[in-house]
Amino acid sequence: MQVTVKLFASFRTGRTPVETRDYPAGTTVADLVAEREIPVAEIGIMLVNCRHVQLECGLADGDIVAIFPLLGGG
Amino acid sequence: MSPLKAYLTGHAVDGQVGAGCQMDASLHFDLTFAEVEAAILELGLCPARYQRNRQTISCAGQLTLLRSKVVVIGCGGLGGYIIEELARLGVGRIDAIDPDVFEEHNLNRQLLATFANQGEYKVSAAARRVAELNPAVQLVPHRTAFSAANGRELLTGATVVVDALDNMTTRLELAALCRELGLPLVHGAIAGWYGQLATQLPGEDISAFLSGPGAAGKGVETRLGNPAFTPAVVASLQAAETCKVILGQGTSPAGRMLVLNLLDMEFEEIRL
Repeated sequence: MQVTVKLFASFRTGRTPVETRDYPAGTTVADLVAEREIPVAEIGIMLVNCRHVQLECGLADGDIVAIFPLLGGG
Repeated sequence: MSPLKAYLTGHAVDGQVGAGCQMDASLHFDLTFAEVEAAILELGLCPARYQRNRQTISCAGQLTLLRSKVVVIGCGGLGGYIIEELARLGVGRIDAIDPDVFEEHNLNRQLLATFANQGEYKVSAAARRVAELNPAVQLVPHRTAFSAANGRELLTGATVVVDALDNMTTRLELAALCRELGLPLVHGAIAGWYGQLATQLPGEDISAFLSGPGAAGKGVETRLGNPAFTPAVVASLQAAETCKVILGQGTSPAGRMLVLNLLDMEFEEIRL
């Protein structure tokens, strides 16, 4: 299945900002995060097709995943 | 017409009343500067200091701002700019909440931090600054950290609450209390070149967008830091949203979060 992964803000540094690739059935958001070596503690908002999801969310063909870092400063 | 209103009408020039006249009226009629300002606005006149707001903020809107109370939680990078802009807007009462004193590492971005005021409480500097800017605005300093324990008392009577905190744990407590009390909350957060903005109106819940799966209290700002311009941008957006919520103008911020990337000049809207 084809999945598009969009990374935002500091997660783009040293990684491909937007990438569409084939993934095996059963792939989750957590798998995409692990593959890109994104520290889970740094993750804020995660969206699949513009809807808020958790790490264990399973993916389907054509999904667009967006991952934002946690911004906590004031 | 009362003697005060006759005095103000008699001294108005082109529909405007200057600060000197407002001060004279305050002394002559034994009223506060803010009370005279309310009388000016009730007459449909404009205190001269607001003349360049022109059609953006009407006299009626200016009076609504004067009668509003905004509670700003945190007086650091975001809070300093927010307080500055709310005072210039003419929000009648601003409650500033922060337990900290200025330190050298605040100088790169915090508007109220100066070379000379290191060691001064941030809320004290905020009160002095607002007194210099606009005598119609009352800044009430609270030298304390916001918490679930004191929050209810601190938010009493608020028109709008502004989140200028620096950690997610307290942000979630603040958002929960605002939901419970039915108060609008204007959230902002920053890290490096990046920022975010969202408004939680009564009946909404933005808490899922304020934290992450790692349940960390801090975000990537611990690694990226915060430069001068990011708090200024996000704080100004928060001040604009606060003004809109108070005046009931513009497109409702409900259900939307704006994510800013100043490095790539990208602005993303997320539907909540």
